[in-house]
Amino acid sequence: MVTTNAIAPVDPAAGVPVGPRDSRGYRLFTGFNATALVLLCLIMLYPFITLLAQSFSSAGAIKAGQVNVWPVGFNIETYRAVMGDGAFWTSYGNTVLYTVVGTTIAMALTTMFAYVISKRHLRGRNTLIGIAVFTMFFSGGIVPNYVLISSLGMKNTMWSVVLPPALSVFNLLVMKSFFENLPRELEEAAQIDGLGWFGIFVRIVLPLSKAVLATMVLFYAVAYWNDWFSAFLYLDKNDLFPLSLFLRNLIAGASTTATDTAAAVGATKATISANIQAVTMVLAIIPILCVYPFVQRHFVSGVMLGSVKG
Amino acid sequence: MDFTDQRTDAVLVSDSGAQTITMEPPPSEDQDRSRRRRRRPQSSAPTKVPWREALRRDRALYLMALLPVAFLVVFRYLPMAGNVIAFRKFRPGGSIFGEEWVGLRYIQMFIHDPTFWHVFWNTAILGGLTLVVCFPLPIVLALLLNEVRKKVFGRAIQSITYLPHFLSIVIVAGMLMQILSLQGTVNQIIGAFGGEAIPFLQRPEWFRTIYVGSEAWQTMGWGTILYLAALTTVDGSLYEAARIDGANRWRQTWHITLPGIRPTMITLLILNIGTFLNVGFEKVLLLYTPLTYSTADVISTYLYRVGLVSNNLSYAAAIGLFQALIGLAMVLSANFISRRVVGASLW
Repeated sequence: MVTTNAIAPVDPAAGVPVGPRDSRGYRLFTGFNATALVLLCLIMLYPFITLLAQSFSSAGAIKAGQVNVWPVGFNIETYRAVMGDGAFWTSYGNTVLYTVVGTTIAMALTTMFAYVISKRHLRGRNTLIGIAVFTMFFSGGIVPNYVLISSLGMKNTMWSVVLPPALSVFNLLVMKSFFENLPRELEEAAQIDGLGWFGIFVRIVLPLSKAVLATMVLFYAVAYWNDWFSAFLYLDKNDLFPLSLFLRNLIAGASTTATDTAAAVGATKATISANIQAVTMVLAIIPILCVYPFVQRHFVSGVMLGSVKG
Repeated sequence: MDFTDQRTDAVLVSDSGAQTITMEPPPSEDQDRSRRRRRRPQSSAPTKVPWREALRRDRALYLMALLPVAFLVVFRYLPMAGNVIAFRKFRPGGSIFGEEWVGLRYIQMFIHDPTFWHVFWNTAILGGLTLVVCFPLPIVLALLLNEVRKKVFGRAIQSITYLPHFLSIVIVAGMLMQILSLQGTVNQIIGAFGGEAIPFLQRPEWFRTIYVGSEAWQTMGWGTILYLAALTTVDGSLYEAARIDGANRWRQTWHITLPGIRPTMITLLILNIGTFLNVGFEKVLLLYTPLTYSTADVISTYLYRVGLVSNNLSYAAAIGLFQALIGLAMVLSANFISRRVVGASLW
C-alpha cells in the first residue's frame, strides 16, 4: 500500500539537521522565496477579489473605473435583482440536474471499467486498456460528434450534455491504479466466502475506496458544472440552458434575460451589465468554493495515489 | 502501433514493479510478471488461459466492462469513424457516414484555402507559446514549494493556486473582460502612469499575451500536483550524500531533485505536445472577436465556423481529421524521440 500522507510538499532533507549548515545565501533565498510565493498568491486571488468587489458595487462606480479591491457604492440590489430572475433559477436548476445525473452515470461507468481493467489476470485486459487509452490520443472532432448527437436524436435533450463526457480516460487510469494497489488478501478472503466479482466490487472494493471516489466525484461534478460548450452546441431552448451558458450569453451580451433584469433595476443594459455579470459569476462560483475545502485533502491524495506507487 | 503495451500505464503511473493483485490463479500471475519484463508479449503464450475458460471464470468482469465499452464505441469510436465524411458528400439528416465518395475533394479544398493556412500558423504559434510558457511554470513552482519549510504555509499556497483550475472557462473569460476593460484594473494602472487606455480584447497584437497569461494563471498551480508527488519519491539519502560531498542547495536541486522528477517531466511534456494543436478552443471562442481574428482565429474555431455555423460539415470534418492526425503524429514522434534521446517514454 502506498503512503500518501504527503499532501504538503515534503522537505526532501527532512530528518537531516540542516540549520547551521544553511549558508547565508540560502537563508536569503528562503526569504525571497516566501515573498515570491505570497505575491503569486495575491495575483492568483486578485481576479476573485475584484469580482466580489464589483458584485457589491454600483454600476456607476464600475463604469467610472473606481472598483478594484473594495466595493464602491455598496449595495445588494444587484443580488436581489439577479436572484429574483426566473431564468437565472431555471438555469441554476438545470446545472444541478445535469451535474447530478452526469456525475452518477460517469461514476458508474468509470468505477466498473477501472475495476475490470485493474485485474491483471483478466484475458483481454490489455485490449480493454488499449481501447480506452487510444481515445486520449485520437478523437473524432467536433463535426462528427455533432452529427452523431443530432442523428441520435439527442439534440435539445439533457442527454446531449450529460452523456458525451461521461467517461474520462484520465480519471479511469487514476482509479485503475488505485484499485491495483488495494490489498488483495481482502478480496481473496471474500472470494473464499463465496462472493462473486460484482459482490466483491460493491461490498469490499468500493467501501475501501472512499477517498478516490470523492476525488472522482469532485472532478466529474466540476466538469459538468463548468461545461458550457456542449450546451451551446446542442441546446437551443432557453429553459434547458445550464448556468454556464446563461452566463456566457450574459457576457456575450446576447441574452434577452440580461436586458430584462437590467430593466428591472431601472437601468440600461450597457451600464448595468458589469455588476449583473459579476453577481451571476459569484453565484456560479460559490458552490465550488463551498465544496472545495472539504474535498481538497482527498483530491490531492487521490491524484497522488494515481501517480506514486510503491 | 501497440497501445496495449503495459507502458501506457505511465500516463499516470511510474511502473509499480511486481505489486500485482492478481487473485487467481497463481500461474497466470507469474506469467503476467514475466510478460512485463519482455517488451512485446507474445500473444500466443502457451500458459494462457483459453478464452472459454476465461469467459466462464470472469463472466461477471466481462459483463461489467460491457456498458463502458459500449459507451466508448458509441461516443468515441463512432465519431472517429464519422470522420469519413471528410471524403464523402454529407447530407444533413442523412447517414452520419455521408452519402457518396468524393475522394480528396475536401482535402484539396482546405490545402488551397489561404484562411486555413493562416489559422494553422496562428494555432501553431499560440500552441507553441502556451507550451513554452505553461510547461515550465509548474516545475518552478513545485521546486519553490518544495523549499518551503512551514507546512501550513505551503498547504495554503497550494490551496490558493489550485483554485483557478476549478473555474469554468466562461468565468475566466468574464474575469478577463472585466480586468482588461477600459475601466478595468490594468487600464487604471496604465492611466496612473499617464498612459492611454488600451482596449486589450480588441487589439490583435495583445491576444496571444492575454491567452497565454490567463492559461498560465489557470494551469500553473494545478500542474504542480504531479511534480510534488514525484518530489516525495526522491530518496532523501541522496541529499545527505551530496551534502557530505559539499554540494550546496543549488547543486543539490540541479543534480538530485531535477533528475528525480525527470520521468514526470517527460511524460507530461509528451502529453502536452500531443494536445499542442488543440489550443483551448473554448477560451478562444469566448474571447475572440472579428477584430482579433488575425491572431486569434485557430483551426478549431475556424472549423467550428465553417462546419457548424455555415454548415459545410464535410469540409470542416476534413480539417478536423487533419488536426487530429497531426496531434497523433506529434505524440508518437515526441514519444519516439524521447525514448531515443533520454530513454523514457509513455509506451
